Order: sequence, then structure tokens, then C-alpha cells
Amino acid sequence: MTPGLLYALTGIALFALGLAGVILLRQTLRRILAFNLMGSGAFLVLVGLAQRGGVVDPVPQAMVLTGIVVAVASTALALALARRLAEDGHEDG
Amino acid sequence: MNAPARLAVVGFALALAGALATAVLDLPAAAVDLPAAVAENLSTSGVEHPVTAVLLNFRGYDTLLEIAVLLLALLGMLAVAKPEAVAPEPSAADPMLRFLASVAVPLMILAAGYLLWAGAHRPGGAFQAGAVLAAAAVLLHLAGRLPAWASPSRMLRLGLVGGFLIFLAVAAALLAQGALLRYPPAHAGALILLIEAGLTLSLGLILAGLFLVLARRPASPRAGVGEEGKS
Repeated sequence: MTPGLLYALTGIALFALGLAGVILLRQTLRRILAFNLMGSGAFLVLVGLAQRGGVVDPVPQAMVLTGIVVAVASTALALALARRLAEDGHEDG
Repeated sequence: MNAPARLAVVGFALALAGALATAVLDLPAAAVDLPAAVAENLSTSGVEHPVTAVLLNFRGYDTLLEIAVLLLALLGMLAVAKPEAVAPEPSAADPMLRFLASVAVPLMILAAGYLLWAGAHRPGGAFQAGAVLAAAAVLLHLAGRLPAWASPSRMLRLGLVGGFLIFLAVAAALLAQGALLRYPPAHAGALILLIEAGLTLSLGLILAGLFLVLARRPASPRAGVGEEGKS
């Protein structure tokens, strides 16, 4: 097993963990964190799979770099929405 | 959610992980040799580092849309924030933190400039430089030197959209070449540096804004009344 494949398998485990978290957790903040975990898993699969042959592929690396920035933006927007919900008294248990 | 349902969800996640792992282990080698294609065209891209070449030349439209997505996210955050929420006065922070901020922030700005320049030939580039700039802004906020954002001023708005506008202007100017963002090889390096410099500034401001907009505190009604009474 190459290190690249190990990264991809770890990414799958993170993705499944995050998916279970999104479904099981009730608090909005924890759901957002779990959703981020899913995203991180997907990034790890992309980068790991691309270099399982031992050769580094710059294309998925650039994709993941773009993806990380978009994930940061979507997380911030989700946090702003969650905060507005809490401020307006829609606090979920 | 009751216990059987929780167990079912855990079982589903485990089954999904197993299926995905099997699929990944069985995956044949990629049919297209992308690293070779990138290496082949690297000499005409204007930069020497393959990741920067992919980000800003071969797949420049991804990066163009990405900065648009970032702007949209920040606009969305400003839209859903309560209008009466006020930027709190910078609180008197720990003197150690204030000292650290005043020492670290100039170095971070220097590091951001280096990362921007280094992106052309080694790991680095606009995103990393912008992230360092944003981290410097967050550090300044935590040290009580920079207030949270209430609503961006005109100059700040210009800075936020500047990177996107420069990128868009370059893309529009090059549209006559027949394809989106196909740089003439002779000027590719200079154009990429121009776009990256704009992106660094805007990304730093936008990423800092994602934090500083959330850092606003809702105006508590009691404090507002007290302040009115004083004035």
C-alpha cells in the first residue's frame, strides 16, 4: 500500500464520520463542523488518489486548494446563518 | 433520534465507507496522464511551479469563479447579519498579546509578500499569501488593535472586489484570443503576477472579513439604553 492510497482511505473514513455526524448531531454548530469533516475527507481522497502511483499530480492539488478556500467561505456563511437563527430565537436543542 | 435509528445511521456510514474503500482499492490507473501534460506545457505558462500554473493558467477560470464565490459568501454574511449589531470597542487585551501582535504582524505582511513572489517557482502563491494577511488581521483583532466590521467603508469595498475586478478585466481583455484566460506566452508571467497581487490583497481582506463580520456582537438592548442615557 502506497502512502497516497493510505491518505485516500483515511479520507474515506473522515467522510463517513462526517456524514454520520451531519445526520446524528442536532446542534447547528456541530453539524457545520461535521460537514467540514466530510469536505476534508473528500479533499484527502482527491489528493491521495492522485498520487497513489508515487507521482505528485499538480491538477488535483490546485483543485483542492480552490476547494479549501470555498469550504472556508461556505463555513463562514453557514456560521453567519446559524448565528442569525440563534439571535432570532430559533435555538435548536 | 432513538437508538435503533442511530445504529442504522452508523451502520449506513460504515457500509458506505467500506464500499468507497473497495472502490478506491479497485480503481484502475488514471487514463489521462495529467502530470505529464502539465510538465509539457509548463514552459509556456509563465510560471515555473506546476500548481501555480494549473491554478492561474491552465484552469484559471476555476480561480476566477472561486474568488467570486468568496465575495458572494461575504456579501451573504453581511446580508444576514443583524443591522443593529455594533462593532465592539477594541477591548483591552493581554499586554503579551498586544506585544506579540505588534511584533508578528509586520513579519506576517513581509511573509505574505514573499509567498506571493515565491508562488511563481515554488510552493506559495496568492492563496497562501492572502491567508497569512487574513491571519494577521485576525491577530490584530484579538489583540484589540482592529475593530470588528460593522459595514465596509468605500475604500474597503474597493479592496474587497479589486482582485476579482482585475482578474475579470484581464480575462475580458484576453477574450479576443479565442479562449477564456489563454495568456500570450510572452506576457503570461507578468499577467499572472498582476492577477496574483490583486488576489492576495482581496483574498486577505475577504478572509479577514469572514472572521471580522462574525466577530460583531449584537447590540444588547440594555447597553444601548445606557449609552443613550449618557449622551
